[in-house]
Amino acid sequence: MSAPNNSYDPVEVNALHPDEVARMRQEALDAIARASSLEELKEVRIAHAGDRSPLALANREIGALPPAARADAGRRVGGARREISEALKARQAQLEDERDARVLVEEAVDVTLPYDRIPHGSRHPLTTIGERMADIFVGMGFEIAEGPEVEAEWYNFDALNFLPDHPARTMQDTFFVAGPNGGESGMVLRTHTSPVQVRAMLDRELPVYVVVPGRTFRTDELDATHSPVFHQLEGLVVDEGITLAHLRGAIQVFVEQMFGEGLRTRMRPSYFPFTEPSAEVDMECFVCRGASVGNPDAPCRTCSSEGWIEIGGCGVVNPRVLVAAGVDTERYSGWAFGLGIERTLMFARGVKDMHDMVEGDVRFTAAFGMEM
Amino acid sequence: MRVPVSWLREYVALPAEATARELAEKLISLGLEVETVEEVGADVTGPIVVGRVLTIEELTGFKKPIRFCTVDVGDANGTGEPQGIVCGARNFAEGDLVVVSLPGAVLPGGFAISARKTYGRISAGMICSASELGLWEDHEGIIVLPEGFAEPGADAGELLGLRDSVLDIAVTPDRGYALSMRGVAREAAAAYGVEFTDPADLPVPETTGGGYPATVADPAICSRYVLRGVTGFDPAAPTPPWMRRRLHLCGVRSISLAVDVTNYVMLELGQPLHAWDRATLRGPIEVRLARQGEKLETLDHVVRALDPDDILITDESGPINLAGVMGGLSTEISDTSTDILVEAAHFAETHIARTSRRHQLSSESSRRFERGVDSAVQLAAATRAVGLLAELGGATVEDGITHIDLSVPREPITVAVGHTGRVAGVDYPVETEIARLRQVGCEVVRNGDTLSVTPPSWRPDLTDPNDLAEEVIRNEGYENIPAIPPRAPAGRGLTHGQRLRRAVGRTLAARGFHEVLNYPFVGERDLDALQLEADDRRRTTVRLANPLNDDEPLLRTTLLPGLLKTLVRNVGRGFGDVALFEMGLVYHPRPGAPAKAPILAVDRGPTAEERAALEAALPEQPRHVGAVLAGQRLRSGWWGGGQDATWADAIQTAREAASVAGVELVVRAAQHAPWHPGRCAALYLAGAEDEAAVGYAGELHPRVVKAYGLPPRTAALEIDWGRIEAAARPATAPRVSTYPVATQDVALVVDESVPAAEVEAALREGAGELLESIRLFDVYTGAQIGEGRKSLAYALRLRADDRTLTAEETNRIRDAAVAAAAERTGAVLRG
Repeated sequence: MSAPNNSYDPVEVNALHPDEVARMRQEALDAIARASSLEELKEVRIAHAGDRSPLALANREIGALPPAARADAGRRVGGARREISEALKARQAQLEDERDARVLVEEAVDVTLPYDRIPHGSRHPLTTIGERMADIFVGMGFEIAEGPEVEAEWYNFDALNFLPDHPARTMQDTFFVAGPNGGESGMVLRTHTSPVQVRAMLDRELPVYVVVPGRTFRTDELDATHSPVFHQLEGLVVDEGITLAHLRGAIQVFVEQMFGEGLRTRMRPSYFPFTEPSAEVDMECFVCRGASVGNPDAPCRTCSSEGWIEIGGCGVVNPRVLVAAGVDTERYSGWAFGLGIERTLMFARGVKDMHDMVEGDVRFTAAFGMEM
Repeated sequence: MRVPVSWLREYVALPAEATARELAEKLISLGLEVETVEEVGADVTGPIVVGRVLTIEELTGFKKPIRFCTVDVGDANGTGEPQGIVCGARNFAEGDLVVVSLPGAVLPGGFAISARKTYGRISAGMICSASELGLWEDHEGIIVLPEGFAEPGADAGELLGLRDSVLDIAVTPDRGYALSMRGVAREAAAAYGVEFTDPADLPVPETTGGGYPATVADPAICSRYVLRGVTGFDPAAPTPPWMRRRLHLCGVRSISLAVDVTNYVMLELGQPLHAWDRATLRGPIEVRLARQGEKLETLDHVVRALDPDDILITDESGPINLAGVMGGLSTEISDTSTDILVEAAHFAETHIARTSRRHQLSSESSRRFERGVDSAVQLAAATRAVGLLAELGGATVEDGITHIDLSVPREPITVAVGHTGRVAGVDYPVETEIARLRQVGCEVVRNGDTLSVTPPSWRPDLTDPNDLAEEVIRNEGYENIPAIPPRAPAGRGLTHGQRLRRAVGRTLAARGFHEVLNYPFVGERDLDALQLEADDRRRTTVRLANPLNDDEPLLRTTLLPGLLKTLVRNVGRGFGDVALFEMGLVYHPRPGAPAKAPILAVDRGPTAEERAALEAALPEQPRHVGAVLAGQRLRSGWWGGGQDATWADAIQTAREAASVAGVELVVRAAQHAPWHPGRCAALYLAGAEDEAAVGYAGELHPRVVKAYGLPPRTAALEIDWGRIEAAARPATAPRVSTYPVATQDVALVVDESVPAAEVEAALREGAGELLESIRLFDVYTGAQIGEGRKSLAYALRLRADDRTLTAEETNRIRDAAVAAAAERTGAVLRG
C-alpha cells in the first residue's frame, strides 16, 4: 500500500484530465485502425500500449492525485487502456487472418502434377486369383495342402488308379525325369495337383477337407490356350457319408461366391481314373446368364454364346485310390475336383492369350494390382 | 469318333423330328463328349439328280478333249427332254448313270450352276465328280453310279447322303465301346428311351471248325481268335457309293473294297479286323509273343525291331502282323488279291497299349484295343466282313471257320442294394438300379440286400461297384443330383508359412517389384551365362527325359535365369526401369538318392518305410524368392533427379523380405557367382552365421550382364525362403519407454576395408542395453581424413525405461561405444 501523497503537482496531473485521457484513447484507437500490417501494429502497440505510452505514463500519475480524485482517474485511465488492449487484440487477429489468407494463396500448388517417383509393383494375377479361389474353400472350413512339383510316379499315377498301360496314363503328356544313364527314374513333373490328394490322406487325420493350389506340367507347346506349365486348384474331401450331392453343393458355393449369386451349375458324366463316378462341371455364364444362346444379335464372348462355361472336372474318389492311400473304404468315402486357374483367369478377367500370363510383361501384371 | 446321324438311325428308332443338336445334348448328358455337330452338305442346294448319259459327242479344236453329252434326267428339268451338258471328264460312256447338277443348283463353296455357252455349245448343268459334290475325296473323274442305283431324275443328293449331320465325339478312355456306331447307337437309344437294333446281332454259324489252321500260344495275350475266308473276290470291284460316303463322313479314306470293308465293319461294330491276301500266307498261323531279334516291316514301310512283349501274328515265314496295331507289308492285300482271309481277334489291352507306345505307332485298331473291345463280337464281325466281301465283291464265303475261344466267363460284381444312392446322395428305388443296369446290358440278379451284376462283354470298364453306380446315375441324370454344401469341421485357416508367403509377395509388390511366374526349364547355357564354376552346386540338376526344348532339358536350381530373361524381355519392350520378383521352387537332386523312385503297391496304403523311400528319391525342392532390378529405382521428374537401382537396393530388399517373417539377416561381403565379386553380399540368419548363407544379393558380374544382354549394373537377389520361413519366430512385445530420448552422434574414421557392419556391431555392444537404436547416417571419404580411410557417422539413440538419462550417463555410454569400436575395428573418433 502506497503512502498518502499530500504534495501533488497540478501541471503533471493535467495528463489525467478527462479530455486528455479521451484524446489519448482516441489517438490510440485511430492508430490501431490505421495499422495495415502486423509490423505496423507492433509499433502502434509499443507507442500506445507500451510501458512508455502516454496512458502508461498517465497511469503512474494517479498516485499523485488527491485521494478523492484517484478512483475516478483510475477508472478513466484503466478503461481507456482496456479498450485499447482489446482493439489491439482484435486488430491483431484480423491482420493475422489477412496474412494467413495471403500466404495460403501464395503457397498454392498445381496438385495435378504427377508424382510417380516411387514406382509401384504388383502381384501376378494367377497368384491372386488362385488365392481368391482357395480362400472361398478355406471359408468353408477347408485347409490348404501342398506337395512337390517333381513327384514320384506312384503318387502321380499308380496311387490314383492310372494303371501302368492304360491310355489315360499316356493321355496326360507327361514330362518324365531322366534316370541315371538314361534309365527310368520313377519320377515325373506332376501332371496335376491330384497326387497331393494321396499325400493329404496319408499325412492328415481323417476327415480331410483340403484344397491344393499348385503348379502342374504337361508337354504342350505354348500357344494361345495351352502352356506346358500351368496351375490347378484341387479339392479333396474324405469323410463319412460323403456323396456327389455334397460335391455339387461345394461347387455351387464356389461359383456363387466367385462369380455371382444365383448362377447355376451342371455336371456332365466324364471319366478320370481317380474318380468314379466322374463329371465335368459347367457354370452358367456369369456375363450373359444364357441370354446369348440362339441370339445372334447379342453374342457373348465369354461363353461363345454357349450359355455355359466349363470350369473343371470332379467326381467321387475312386475307392481304389482310398485303398492305395490306406483309407478304410467301408467307413469313408470322398470326392475331389480340379479347377484350372489359368482358365478361370481367362474367362473371369477376359485374358485372351496364354502368352500374357507366361511372358512376365509388367504391363499385364501391373493391371491386376495386389488383390483379385 | 465321327458319327453320321443317318447311319446311327439305322440302329436306333430316333424320333423323326429329333435334331442332331438335340441328340448331341442328350449324349453329352450321358457322358459322351460331343465336341462338334457338323451339318455337312448344308450349303448344297437345288436340283442334283441321277442322269443317264444318252449320247457323247467329242468336240475337237480345243486344247483339251471336251465332250458334249445329252443326258436323260427324267422330269427333273421340267421338260423331260435330254439335257445338253459339256463335260471334260472321260471316265464314262454312253448309257452310264451319273450325277447331274441342273441349273439352279449350288455346290459346296457357293459354286452356282447355270446354263451357259461354252466350247460353242449351251451347257445346261454339270456332270459331277464326288469331290465337286463334297461326297468324298476322288480324283478319278466323275461318279459313275452302279447300274440299278436309281431311275434318271431321282434326287441324287438324297440317295447319296449329300446332306447329313455328323457328331464328333471325344471318347474317354473308359468307353471303348463308343468307338463304334453300335456303341453310340446303344447310348442314343437309352437317351431317347427307344428301341435299339444291334448290328452285331446277325446269324453266325452254330458250329465252327475247318478254317485256316491257327493256334494261340497264351490265353493271356489273346482270348478269342477268329478267321474266315473268301475266294473268288473281284479285286477290281468298286466300293459302292454308300460305303464310300460313310467312310468319308467318318474320316476314313477309301483304299479298295477289301480294305474298305474291314474299316467299315470296324466302325460299325468296333472290332478291328485284318485282311490278308491268302496267297501270301505260309502255313499255319500262330499268335505268340515276339522273340528277341525278330523284325517286321509294317504297312507303313518301317522295319521294326520287335520286343518280346509285342504280340505277333506269325506263319511259317515268321512275323506277319504286329497284332492289333498294324499289319505286315509282305502279306498286304493288293489289287490282285482274290482269296482273302479275315482276322477278328481279342488281344490283351495292356500289350497293345505298350506295343503302340513302344513303336510310337497309334492306329485305329490300337486305339480300340487299348480301350478294350467287345470280347464276344469277333465271330459276328468276321462273318459280317466276309458277307460284305461276297455281296459287294462277288466272292464266295468259305464254310470253314477258325474260332479259338480261350475266354473265361466274367465274375459277377456284388454290390449292396442302395449303393448307388449312397454314392449320389439320392435315394434310388432298387427297381431303378436294376432297370438301369439292365439297360446298359448287365445281367442283374438280386440276392436279398445285394445285387449280383454281370456286365456285358462290351463293357470291360465295368469292374467295381462305383462303375455300376455311375451307369445308374448318368442314366437317371446328373442334373437330378441336389446341391448340398458340405459341413466341414472347423478349419485352421492358412498355416503361418502360407500367410508369410502371401505377405512377402505383397511386400515386394509394395516395394515396386512385379511378380513373374517363369517356366522352370533351363539349359547348360543359362548356367554358363551365370558364370557358375564347374563344381557349383547349381550345376547339379534334375534332367528331363523328354524336354519340350532340347536346349532346356534341365530343371532350374536358381530363379535367376528366368528372372533375367524376363527382365531383358521387358527392357526390349521399352521398360528400362524394371523390378521383378518370383517366388517358386528350385530343384536339387538329393545327394545319395536311390537311382529310381520305387513303384509301390496300390492294393493297400504304403508303409512308413515305403513312403520314406519315395521321399528319398525325390529331389530337394526348396522355395526361393528371387528378384532383379535395373534402371531407375526412384524416377527423376519435376521434383528433381532420380536414383538408379544398385547393389544396395538388392541387399535391402532381401532384408525387408526376411523381415516380413520377423527374421533378421546378417550381411557379409562374399564372392559368389553370378554377382560382382566386390558387390556381393552373403546373407545369413542372425545367430546362425556359421551355417550356410540363406541367400545372396548385390550387383551382377559384368560378364553376366553381358551374357544375358542386361542393362548395366543390374542388381539381383535370391534367398532360400524355406529357411527364412523355418526361422520365423513369434515376435515378443518390446518395452516402450516414455522417458525422453538422448541422442549422440559419433563420426568414426576406419580403414576403408573395415565393413560398416562390424563397426556398428562394436558400437552396439559397447553401448549396452540402454542403446535403443543406432543408424548410420553418413559415409565420408576424402582428403580430410586421409587416403584409404572412411568416416562413418552414426546417430545413437539412448533411453532407459525407468528414468531420464543424465548427460553424464549418455556421455559415458557414447565413450564406451566408441572405445569398443576402437578396440575391435581400429576406429578413431573424427576430430
